[in-house]
Amino acid sequence: MEAPRDDGQAAASRSKLTTELTDAALVARCRDGDDEAWRELVERFSRYVYAIAVQGFRLPPHEAEDVFQDVFARVFERLDSLREDDAVRPWIAQLTRRLCIDRLRSGTRAAGTDVEDLADVPAEDVLGDLEQAFDVHEALAELPENCREILDSFFAKDESYRTIGDNLGLPAGTIASRISRCLEKLRTVFEGRNGPAHPSSEQVT
Amino acid sequence: MSGYDIERLGRLIGMLSPAPRGWVRAAQELPTARRGLDEIVARAEADVEFRRTLLADLEAALLAEGYEPERRVLDELRRRLADD
Repeated sequence: MEAPRDDGQAAASRSKLTTELTDAALVARCRDGDDEAWRELVERFSRYVYAIAVQGFRLPPHEAEDVFQDVFARVFERLDSLREDDAVRPWIAQLTRRLCIDRLRSGTRAAGTDVEDLADVPAEDVLGDLEQAFDVHEALAELPENCREILDSFFAKDESYRTIGDNLGLPAGTIASRISRCLEKLRTVFEGRNGPAHPSSEQVT
Repeated sequence: MSGYDIERLGRLIGMLSPAPRGWVRAAQELPTARRGLDEIVARAEADVEFRRTLLADLEAALLAEGYEPERRVLDELRRRLADD
């Protein structure tokens, strides 16, 4: 079901959810016609849009790609209508969900099924987890580059210790302990951004 | 002791895997592609013969002009030419 990924390239080798510009500043620059800012905006939200379509709604690759391109085309066309620039993330999420549902609906129309009856409509907790995953990636972007690389390579790109070691010039035998240390750093950063976890909360507990 | 579970942090990192690079690149090139479309439409409005060539065989006309006739570009151009 998952689309083929060519994520071995150097350009994609680190998490691109950078924190150099706030969402609001990025949107303002896009609205001013800054192509570099637009490329950064796409990079920043590409994983999120992709995950909603493929993991959340389980769209097959060709439909997920159409949704992915439609989302960014609409964002590009309608950026002027965004009332609060720092609300770009929920806006993109809502747009993606709506376009995914439209896809499912057009597929079910022929079958005569209600879209609400489909198993492919994700439960709110899946979308909630994706929200939280985005928060974690934002925290990840604040870590030193070596930690960012190693955690993203292992967890998001599913690379082996050997591959990570080869790419980063590290002995494969040290990767596990480095991952562990980097996860501890990530936890510290994440807590700094979100406050300590409460056992009863819906946070990362 | 922290209440955040590092195993879950790892799983959450894994939920946002990279989108295919080709998809990302196409979306990033949207402003350039739109400018190219604007040029073609403006030329089609000003040049009746060019418009006729486009309408006769859009894909071939774009190729002849050095544009990559990608499906979304073709769809968008057809829509815009029909609107004129």
